[in-house]
Amino acid sequence: MPDAKTRRILGPFNRVEGDLELRVQADESGQRVEKAWVNSPLFRGFEQMLLGRPAEDALVITPRICGICSVAQSVAAASALASARGLRPTANGQHATNIVLATENLADHLSHFYLFFMPDFARDHYSDQPWFAPVQRRFKAQRGGAMNEVLQARAQWLHITALLAGKWPHSLAIQPGGTTCAIDRAQRNRLITLIRQFQLFLERCLFGGASVEKILSLSSAADLAALCERHPNGDLAVFCQLARDLELTQLGCSTALPMSFGAYPQPEGGHLFARGLDEGGTRKLDIADISEDISHAWLRDSKSSRHPREGQTDPHYDTAKGYSWCKAPRLGGAVVEVGALARQRVAGQPLISALVAEHGSNVFSRELARLIELASVSQAMLDWATALDPAQPFIDNSNTTTDGEGCGLMEAARGSLGHWLQLDKGKISHYQIIAPTTWNFSPRDAQDQPGPLEAALVGVPLAETADDSVALQHVIRSYDPCMVCTVH
Amino acid sequence: MAEQKTLLWLQSGGCGGCSMSLLNAESPGLYDALDIAGIDLLWHPSLSEASGERLLQLLSDIESGAQRLDILCLEGSVLRGPEGTGMFHRLAGSERSMMHWIEALCAQAKSVVAVGSCSAFGGITASGNNPTDACGLQYEGAEPGGLLGGDWRAENGMPVLNIAGCPTHPDWVLDALSQLAQDDLAQTDLDDLSRPRAYTDHLVHHGCPRNEYYEYKASAEAPGHLGCMMEHRGCLGTQARADCNTRLWNGSGSCLRGGYACINCTAPEFERPRHSFTETQKLAGIPIGLPTDMPKAWFVALASLSKAATPARLRDNATATQLQHGLDRTKKNA
Repeated sequence: MPDAKTRRILGPFNRVEGDLELRVQADESGQRVEKAWVNSPLFRGFEQMLLGRPAEDALVITPRICGICSVAQSVAAASALASARGLRPTANGQHATNIVLATENLADHLSHFYLFFMPDFARDHYSDQPWFAPVQRRFKAQRGGAMNEVLQARAQWLHITALLAGKWPHSLAIQPGGTTCAIDRAQRNRLITLIRQFQLFLERCLFGGASVEKILSLSSAADLAALCERHPNGDLAVFCQLARDLELTQLGCSTALPMSFGAYPQPEGGHLFARGLDEGGTRKLDIADISEDISHAWLRDSKSSRHPREGQTDPHYDTAKGYSWCKAPRLGGAVVEVGALARQRVAGQPLISALVAEHGSNVFSRELARLIELASVSQAMLDWATALDPAQPFIDNSNTTTDGEGCGLMEAARGSLGHWLQLDKGKISHYQIIAPTTWNFSPRDAQDQPGPLEAALVGVPLAETADDSVALQHVIRSYDPCMVCTVH
Repeated sequence: MAEQKTLLWLQSGGCGGCSMSLLNAESPGLYDALDIAGIDLLWHPSLSEASGERLLQLLSDIESGAQRLDILCLEGSVLRGPEGTGMFHRLAGSERSMMHWIEALCAQAKSVVAVGSCSAFGGITASGNNPTDACGLQYEGAEPGGLLGGDWRAENGMPVLNIAGCPTHPDWVLDALSQLAQDDLAQTDLDDLSRPRAYTDHLVHHGCPRNEYYEYKASAEAPGHLGCMMEHRGCLGTQARADCNTRLWNGSGSCLRGGYACINCTAPEFERPRHSFTETQKLAGIPIGLPTDMPKAWFVALASLSKAATPARLRDNATATQLQHGLDRTKKNA
């Protein structure tokens, strides 16, 4: 812990999901972060609640870990149960699951950009910037012109979940063998219409008139700059301009290892976005290398680090030892970054690869990866919707094995999410969860390696108060943290 | 125009899903609905600009009485652990637990609203062994108590308004907030658990698209089957107090319409069924939880009679995941 002289405790931070606190130590100038400690101050204990419950109850309880990643938790639990039973969803079930998950993921990207991230540029702090007046009119928290427009588009977008999953959040439609809600051809037609309606909104508001196809054809910084010049009224162009002015490519830089569990598995095998790591040449990801370290967490265990298959969660509030409820997941000891940027790096998305080659992982590239996914995932959803065959089953109920061990690995909006479980006579005997923000906002480990955010904050400009430290807030929010998932 | 009513929204031991659901509000959307109701949103964790010191100052001003607070909304349970300290959720940037903040702010609010089953009764966060000693504002499960105690009343003379649900429907919340802001919500508008009768005077069963299967006890046996889910699949829609199948979610949905059971999420202790959520608990083959107001003998008699009369169309469709027989086949009933 830093000494009191240079230490500042900052928080709470809003427009992140859940509660977040930072402790920072300023450098000698007092103007920049020298060291940072990230604290997740809320503990609920889902891993304990699940023990002894019937296996299928995981499908009811785990979505309620998080109201913003609810379907993601549901998919991870269903995959873990399927893996324990050696079951695969039907082709329709896989496509329907992917569509419901993609609906949540894109709704989250949209909420993040418009409701959580951009309002920081509409603060009075930036009132002397040439772009301030239009940005404030459009993105001011609660009052900006984009807010009503985006909430309406988001609400209509989530109508997809009514068609395929009953409701959002907290659906029970996603099962180990597929989904409970088969649709007919008329509903499939409606589904495709809703996806196209959302793309039209994206093209009009976000991309300033550029088509989704055009966005997906970009493969260099020059392409992006040219597009912004041709479509200057889109929110993408506005963001790119202020990112250039504020040098967001130089802010919140991270060298943590990018990882993806692979997003949107396909019935014929493989993923829409590949599983793996990006270390200049994609290396194979070995799940056995994952461990969770509790050396700086308010948790008790005889071992300081375990694989989640043997993991334990025993809370012990002891401020002398730890500084967060969050464990520190590591991959073969390495600090790992997850999220849309890591996912698109591993997938080799052309524009993202080009931007990363130039400036690496930073506030700008983390944001841009989400905006690119709005285009690429909505486009893939059209293919999956078209592939739904109303004559074929949406679910396979053939296997309800009561004993076994499994893990469900998937990509939520915010990155890699894993559930590890064991079943004993139909009851849950073990359950461990590693959420995306557990990786990104992890505390230090036994080797004293800081977590990704803790490292990315070093050197970031600091003001007297958290509220005035806008650069620091950009860095935090660029990870789109979900603090309720983090500790769970 | 009347002076606007101030609203503060806090979150503690929950998932934030009631806020996410609130953003799904349509006609009108969230911001228009608040404007029309005359509500000034002082702060909401997902929506507001202020963070850090500005928020802590606002909370202190409310606590001291310098800032008037008309409506306090809490989403998420109150976490009393470990050992009564509340430190399973310390409010970031402050040395105090959320439990202490909530208690202090409730004392200043003209009316207090529990948004979701967690803040009303404890909810999912209190499930299993309740590791954080979670409770509702004025209930500990089905029993009065919780953080404030059953006798507690807000400045408006009302108990905590429990907008239960997991999550809440955006209309349940916005309609109640609007009525509160207009001083148009009386004790008689609340049911025996202080939930708005506007939605709890209904059953989830009302408007259920599976009612025809229910009538003939043509029952689903596995996930995705089209039949009634009461007999085998744990559905509590005939007892659950909510208007989900007449109001509908996300435009046209509901749990039943999504093909899965109602788990009675507006009720206290829904999180601790004595059984799996998706299996019906039975005694001698008869479901333990019978439909609301139905005598057991009548249920048994009617069920066996209606099973004998089940048309082939419904009998076959009930255990299929896609329609086997359309209505054009009804004349061939056997």
